Amino acid sequence: MAYWKRKLKERLLKIGSMIATIISLLSLLILLIQILCSGTSYLSWQFLTSYPSRIAEQAGIKSALAGSFYLLLITFIVAVPLGIATAIFLEEYAPKHRITNIININILNLAGMPSIVYGLLGLAIFAIFFGFDSSILTGGLTLALLILPIIVITSQEAIRAVPDSIKQAGYALGARRWQVVLGQILPAALPSIMTGVILSISRSIGETAPLIIIGALTYAGFVPMKLTDSFTALPIQIYNWAGRPQPSFHNLAASGIVVLLACLFVLNFVAVYIRRRFQKYMVK
Amino acid sequence: MEKKQTQKEAILTVKDLSLFYGKKQALYDVNLDIEAKKVTAIIGPSGCGKSSLLRCFNRMNDLVPAIKMTGDIEYQNKSIFHPKSDITMLRRQIGMVFQSPNPFPKSIYNNITWGPKITGTLKNPDQLVEESLKQAALWDEVKDRLSDSALDLSGGQQQRLCIARAIAMNPDVILMDEPCSALDPRSTARIENLITELRGQYTILIVTHNMQQAARVSDITVFMYNGILIESGKTTDIFTTPKKQQTEDYITGKFG
Repeated sequence: MAYWKRKLKERLLKIGSMIATIISLLSLLILLIQILCSGTSYLSWQFLTSYPSRIAEQAGIKSALAGSFYLLLITFIVAVPLGIATAIFLEEYAPKHRITNIININILNLAGMPSIVYGLLGLAIFAIFFGFDSSILTGGLTLALLILPIIVITSQEAIRAVPDSIKQAGYALGARRWQVVLGQILPAALPSIMTGVILSISRSIGETAPLIIIGALTYAGFVPMKLTDSFTALPIQIYNWAGRPQPSFHNLAASGIVVLLACLFVLNFVAVYIRRRFQKYMVK
Repeated sequence: MEKKQTQKEAILTVKDLSLFYGKKQALYDVNLDIEAKKVTAIIGPSGCGKSSLLRCFNRMNDLVPAIKMTGDIEYQNKSIFHPKSDITMLRRQIGMVFQSPNPFPKSIYNNITWGPKITGTLKNPDQLVEESLKQAALWDEVKDRLSDSALDLSGGQQQRLCIARAIAMNPDVILMDEPCSALDPRSTARIENLITELRGQYTILIVTHNMQQAARVSDITVFMYNGILIESGKTTDIFTTPKKQQTEDYITGKFG
């Protein structure tokens, strides 16, 4: 190949990938700017503390914010211990043979499943079979199912990253397996586990489809007080407002998105902070 | 009469011990008495089974799948493989220091106290930490930063911390599996000095591929080759007048 030809190809690849990067970043930036521009007009304390209303100027996200918060709480309480315990069992106790392999592969598959499938599962099991209806409990459990495989996988990876030499040191001091697991492996893996947990939690906070499937409210003039209360959540409220014909409601939706994004940023920041904070105790 | 006396002094007795990793045999009918409160060095070329033998004494080999053993090891005249033998108790009495330093990813302080804590023998933690670190010749370097992560220490300091961690369990025996192989010459010298200081207080078994090290620190030397115990005896005898040709060839550097 001639020299100029190779040089041309090099140029083409460089320019092509640069254009791709610019397109994706620019579209994100435009989206963000647009949302911030139209969203800030309604963003106020009143917006955060009012219930939704037919009058755009008086509408707020109190019920949606509360709903999202409680959903998150239920999801966290259910999914985190289950996920971490599953990871511990699979990594430290389960014998390494074909069946564990198949289970591991299927957990990977579950993590990639469309969230709407989890919505259907939640509807069938929690809402109908257990009779929890369209309650916040059903919502929380459904989201817990949704992020469970992700928590299992990230926890497994974190546990696997703990060097064997540390376990050996533990056993050599006369520790039992549970003492090594709880006293050495888990603390060493915890920063990585927590980052995975927070990232998956922040994924669940933006989920809309499964909540719509299980029948979450699109308008709620109250804050859920019991597990069996019905609820609405931030993404649903946004979806609802964005679907209205009046442009002022589109601005409300944008404000809701700003709040949701702020929550996500805070969660991701916490994840980064935890990782930094415990770095010095992590095995390099 | 004399034989009886040596038997009394033996804290560990290996009887016809053979070890298999799957189908591969790693040890062939090893017989050995380990004298109490002495430093015994096990030398031999790589893969001769010296580490495998060492890991039998505190049953660390139990963690290896597909391992098979025949024969027996007696600790204080009791079989360590007896179904009723308490493995926690055994490992409390027979501590271990590994090839590369492996401190827990915790503070220096907690590295020392973790073992006694989980075996329920922790009484006076501050005193224990100070005494263990002093015995391991590390106290002066770390006394002002006990709450720092052990991973911030240098390799040689980490290894001395691991020795302190073993000492904190108040063991009878300390097994050392090539404790200096990951360290620079200066740190190696410090560990060797430390072993010399601990001699007499603990029974120390040290596996090493470094013959000079064995000659420097040990009272008794055991030479192994291809899973077979070739010769054992006083270190001065082994290094000056070995009885077996293979020992002499190895020590004079003809192979290995």
